[in-house]
Amino acid sequence: METEITAQTQEKRSFWQSDATQKLAAFGGLIAMFIVFSLASPNFLQFSNIVGILLATAVNGILALGATFVIISGGIDLSVGTVMTLSAVMTGVFITNLGLPIPIGILGGLATGALAGLVNGSVIAKMKIPPFIATLGMLYIAKGLSLVISGLKPIYFTETPGFTKVAMGSLLGRIIPGFDVPNAVLIFFIAALIANFILVRTVLGRYTFAIGSNEEATRLSGVNVDFWKMSIYTLAGAFAGLAGVVIASRLNSAQPALGAGYELDAIAAVVIGGTSLSGGEGTILGTVIGAFVISVLTNGLRIMSVPQEWQIVITGAIVILAVYADTLRKRGQA
Amino acid sequence: MDEPLVLMNGIDKSFPGVHALAHCDYELRAGEIHALVGENGAGKSTLMKILAGVYSKDDGTILYKGREVNIPNPRTAQDLGISMIHQELNLMGHLTVAQNIYIGREPRARINFVLDEREINKRAKELLDIIHLDIDPRIKVSNLTIAKQQMVEIAKALSFNSEVLIMDEPTAALTESEIMDLFEIIRNLRQKGVGIVYISHRLEELKLISDRITVMRDGHYIGTVLTEDTTRDEIISMMVGRTIYETAPEIPEFGNEELVLETRNLNRGNQIKDISFDLRKGEILGFAGLMGAGRTEVARAIFGADAIDSGEIFIHGSKVHIKSPGDAVAHGIGYLSEDRKRYGLSLKQDVETNLVMASYNKFLGLMGWVKTKDTSIVAKKYVDALTIKTPTIKQLVKNLSGGNQQKVVIGKWLTADTEILIFDEPTRGIDVGAKSEIYKLLNDLAAQGKSIIMISSELPEILRMSHRIVVMCEGRITGILPAEEADQESIMQLATQRNGESVEVVA
Repeated sequence: METEITAQTQEKRSFWQSDATQKLAAFGGLIAMFIVFSLASPNFLQFSNIVGILLATAVNGILALGATFVIISGGIDLSVGTVMTLSAVMTGVFITNLGLPIPIGILGGLATGALAGLVNGSVIAKMKIPPFIATLGMLYIAKGLSLVISGLKPIYFTETPGFTKVAMGSLLGRIIPGFDVPNAVLIFFIAALIANFILVRTVLGRYTFAIGSNEEATRLSGVNVDFWKMSIYTLAGAFAGLAGVVIASRLNSAQPALGAGYELDAIAAVVIGGTSLSGGEGTILGTVIGAFVISVLTNGLRIMSVPQEWQIVITGAIVILAVYADTLRKRGQA
Repeated sequence: MDEPLVLMNGIDKSFPGVHALAHCDYELRAGEIHALVGENGAGKSTLMKILAGVYSKDDGTILYKGREVNIPNPRTAQDLGISMIHQELNLMGHLTVAQNIYIGREPRARINFVLDEREINKRAKELLDIIHLDIDPRIKVSNLTIAKQQMVEIAKALSFNSEVLIMDEPTAALTESEIMDLFEIIRNLRQKGVGIVYISHRLEELKLISDRITVMRDGHYIGTVLTEDTTRDEIISMMVGRTIYETAPEIPEFGNEELVLETRNLNRGNQIKDISFDLRKGEILGFAGLMGAGRTEVARAIFGADAIDSGEIFIHGSKVHIKSPGDAVAHGIGYLSEDRKRYGLSLKQDVETNLVMASYNKFLGLMGWVKTKDTSIVAKKYVDALTIKTPTIKQLVKNLSGGNQQKVVIGKWLTADTEILIFDEPTRGIDVGAKSEIYKLLNDLAAQGKSIIMISSELPEILRMSHRIVVMCEGRITGILPAEEADQESIMQLATQRNGESVEVVA
């Protein structure tokens, strides 16, 4: 989607409308929730609970990192959930069914995700099909393929106990005794750092913003927009692949029926984090905060014994409120 | 210097349903400023977009420095040394000035896909200094005024060290002094041997800046003349194929009629402050001012498109509360926006639908069924009355020329029986021939008793048409001049008067 540039007659914006304020608001919301929940229940601030939150954030967070790129470029990727599952299944196939070494299996999972992303990108760039439709199609295709390839049954990693250590082992626990944070969390943070680097400091990131801001102008400036769009979706697919590896490791199995629905949490995280669906702006930090907002909210509500159904309702309300607040902030800039 | 820099021969180009260019020729020499003029739809932008690689030609040859070339995309044109600055700014609003200028050619760090931000800002600053543009290259482009954005586009084109620079309506959004700065830059380029194609509707400017003028009409090449040997009338007659004489200001008869619209102290945030004026029956009230003065904002406020913070509006003496365009239309107000394609028309629908868009309530039967016999009669009536050039009322509006699209918008408001019409830049992007038709239309409407507010950035147009002229600057009304007392200078004075002081505008 393109955004028309609006010019300002004055060249400064007030403090309340800057991007910094927006991040502060999201972060502030997070802190506020922390405070509310810790006061509501003594179990909230316990180490094990915090670890639980971190772990719950990891998979969705990784998905959201890839989705951030796609959304900044003005597109959308509905297939990240099922592509994650497909990648998990393929990892299972490589490691359990084909007996390949774990690292190869992991690479296979990543490659599966990237390949699916490449297909998305090609369909969107070359066949000129709108991202919503193209990735919706991939959602079904990946879901179906997961079922077909797995034979409708989960693939277990019980014969390769090393695999579950990928996500659930604790490298940090070995370095800092007692600090048993699962690797999945570490993987998420490293992935976030890499994603941020790519977004802010590389050509791919720059063109992601350019295409999202004004695709036609970018094209007319001589940039090969088709190529870069394909790259963006491939990257998102790779992140989905990583999420697949992590979730398979965490559950010690590849569950073919899982996955659909995860894309919505990913998009919610991106949007709560301040990235606009119309493209052109967004940050990785925002997405990370957004992902935490969702998992803290879910966790806190559960600790307060709010039924799960209500947790989902409240998450939806938060998404709307967060975007509304951001819309108000942007409108004030006009 | 013997052979031309660019030689286009027999260029042919068609789009679905439209034969845009027929056997067009164009020649550009190094070190010349060659203007390209023509009515809307004449094909000037199309011809140049072919040269710039945006469109591909169907037939014909292009010779660049004597060699035949093929230009399939903008990148090839850039590599050859041809740059085009488009009418619609081609900038990515979320990116900074430096990032926009160097898009596609970003300086890299040691690892190739990592960017070197410091280098890009440094180079951009050097470039901006060359054209005396004092902007921080790290500012997001969307935070700049339109004039500065245009300068960024120019800086970008310059950074290609192009030998051919095509500028499409470069002065549309610039003030007098900014135009002079631009001309300086263009002359410097000419000195360096750059060949410049200057597309413009503003015939007065051509005398100041161009060496030669090529005229196109209806996709055909008409002729090329030396600027110093030709006259404005000659150019116009070449453009329209008939002679049009510039008439003296024609302000229709106007007695002291009743008050139709009055506003008192309208305020909206930072955009409009303390706006009070009145409008009489049969009057044409001009609204002059620089870009960003707030005139469109006043119009939108009266029309209910934007909410006002405080102030009152009276129609025929009674106070009204206009909270939405629907209210405004119900009170007889119609608004023709600046950007008719975005805000005035439903481009993918036909003439008939657009004409009745604001008055469907008149054509409805049971349960909202539309009486198409009636809509068709009314549509045909206005197509005739306004001489809208269209094969049928079922023609999609996006296929009409700018002037005819504008007539459809006018027809829409006439169908809705509005008596107060607000025209925002009514002749923007419309060629000379259609312009005089629109002026005549406005005068006819006023004579019939409609009251018209006309917002325009073209001073000759405002002076020619208005009974009185309201001048705005930075959201305030700085003066209301009767026609007899108004001239370009006095309007400019008021248009640049901020809070009681006059701003230095160096000519």
